[in-house]
Amino acid sequence: MRISDCTAVQLKRLLKNGEFNVQLGPFHIRIFSNIASLVPLLSQLYYFYPVVRQDSISDLHIKIAYPRGLRHWYRKQAVFSIDGGQAFAPYAVEHAFPALEWGINWCIATRAHHLLMLHSAVVERNGNAILFPAWPGHGKSTLCTALVFSGWRLLSDEFGLVRPEDGMLLPIPRLIPLKNESIDVIRQFCPDAVIGPSFYKTRKGTVAHVRPPEDSIHRMDEPAKPRWLIFPRWVANAPLSLEPIPKSQAFLMVATNAFNYEVLDQTAFRLVTDMVKDCDCYSLVYSDLNQAVTAIDELTRSNHG
Amino acid sequence: MGENSQQTLRANELLLEAIRSPEQLPMLSNADWELLIRVARRVRLLGRLEADLSSAGLLDKIPAKAADHLRASRNVIQHRKTLVTWEINRILWALKGTDVPIILLKGAAYMMAGLPPAPGRLFADVDLLTPEENVGEIEEKLVSKGWYKMQLDPYDDRYYRVWMHEIPPLRHRERGTEIDIHHRILPRTSRLKPDPALMIGAARPLAHPKLKVLCPADMVLHSLVHLFLEGDPVEGLRLRDLLDVHLLLQHYGQEPGFWEGLVPRAKQLGLARPLFYGLRYAQGFFSTQIPESVLLDIGGSRPYWPVRALMDFLVPLALLPGHPDYPKPTASVARWLLYVRSHWLKMPPLMLLRHLSYKAYLRFRGINKKVDLAQLDLRQQ
Repeated sequence: MRISDCTAVQLKRLLKNGEFNVQLGPFHIRIFSNIASLVPLLSQLYYFYPVVRQDSISDLHIKIAYPRGLRHWYRKQAVFSIDGGQAFAPYAVEHAFPALEWGINWCIATRAHHLLMLHSAVVERNGNAILFPAWPGHGKSTLCTALVFSGWRLLSDEFGLVRPEDGMLLPIPRLIPLKNESIDVIRQFCPDAVIGPSFYKTRKGTVAHVRPPEDSIHRMDEPAKPRWLIFPRWVANAPLSLEPIPKSQAFLMVATNAFNYEVLDQTAFRLVTDMVKDCDCYSLVYSDLNQAVTAIDELTRSNHG
Repeated sequence: MGENSQQTLRANELLLEAIRSPEQLPMLSNADWELLIRVARRVRLLGRLEADLSSAGLLDKIPAKAADHLRASRNVIQHRKTLVTWEINRILWALKGTDVPIILLKGAAYMMAGLPPAPGRLFADVDLLTPEENVGEIEEKLVSKGWYKMQLDPYDDRYYRVWMHEIPPLRHRERGTEIDIHHRILPRTSRLKPDPALMIGAARPLAHPKLKVLCPADMVLHSLVHLFLEGDPVEGLRLRDLLDVHLLLQHYGQEPGFWEGLVPRAKQLGLARPLFYGLRYAQGFFSTQIPESVLLDIGGSRPYWPVRALMDFLVPLALLPGHPDYPKPTASVARWLLYVRSHWLKMPPLMLLRHLSYKAYLRFRGINKKVDLAQLDLRQQ
């Protein structure tokens, strides 16, 4: 069963009873909420996601709800909590949806230490994956979205989840949060993409969420092999450049930009070493999205066979 | 029985049964696993379950999803162990050239002495005990080798220096790890006054000539002091501390002379009452094997029955996590009452009143100390 099989009334009831149980890649997430405005958003943006069977184990128990008691009435707020404990300062209720999305990422980043979590977007074609490790503001989400609507499969725009047993990348195709100018850039680049409403004046500026293509969500149980490491950076008016970089440099950039490299210690060192050995490593500077997508397409085709 | 009470009971029983009989865990249903993981995480005993299952060779007999959570917890614990081991190495390096004895306490002690509470235990900072006259020297040496004194507000700094049993924590500039240096195990102002000289004198050497750990009886007593007197108003009493006590009793109980010496030592240090409670609840929750003679002997130190009855009511409420989706208001009250009790034992009444009002005032002033999510760098977690 998928979210699309539920009516709005059903979704609302599931949320209210804490039975909204959705699969996001390797994680089963149970969400409780009494905020009615979340229902149409979840119904639109979570449309393709599978509903988890009731008898399987949920990994995260998240609640985003109006505060209890008097605060419910004098201030319209949404409180995010995990396992009954409030994790952050409350949000304005209008921002409940972006707060929910960030909160889920935070929970994964602080808990899923059975996997190596790289800070990277990941897309795949023909079984081979590109990782785009990048720092915030370097345009990895924008580039990743453009590729995903140009024939690549989305694994993640944020988490490069590496399975310690075999170094394979696990998909976690979450909604892609676009910020500020990238929202219009993507609307122009792929007019067919389903993009949720813009949330203004959030703590990260204006944010809107892209729904990943159906195929990416269908195949969220299908891991991929790392093949290319491309470090992207968006620079206004810069001419396109896609240059190989030394593996030693790639290693440092991946290792220092991971969520839990230190926690996994020797395992992390082994995984990143193997990954860098197996991948061709490039640095990409771009200003025009079309050019960047074409260049990546050519690079991966010529390299592929 | 109401829904809340039933769910609380189910969650608590599930957790205690998992700790008492880990070999039964492969029989658990998915629904039970889901709840067990949540409650064990809350009391920070996920790592314990992992260690027990792994030593029984049962990790691949449980649902893959449950195993993921346990493995994640093991990885974090392993990482902390590496950090603590390295920190101890650096402390020894920084203290080269001094003859001051360094007694490791709690987690660091269990780890370095290879004791049963160590596997699966989450480590935080390094706790040391040293004679008071040496504290200044140690602090100075550490500060000159890269640690710094944490900036506290004047009230807290004074609170530490004048009243406490430890100095304000030292933090390393690059590693961010913290060291707590103790000169006694309870605050100066405490009504219980175990003589630190006796404890330091009886400490046992480890392989490294400069490192020591408390002798078995003292280690048990310190663990109990920590359990009953260092609680948290929200978290309650720490079940993992009681589990440490249970595991230490089981382990040292095999040593000749341990049981005979335990009660006399508690009396000598003025800690007979915490020992009474510790033995009572360890036996109650974990079925610890305790010789009849010891129970008889410590029975003389039990409180009057109304106090006993009250503690029997409050302690389980404060110690056990309950169900995260069905919080019990009585449990919150119990946690708070035992927190007040611990302060009552640690401070004279007027000082306590002043301290608690000041803390309440701080809470009132900064109603929400919760962190803003957007300011958190996910990578730092």
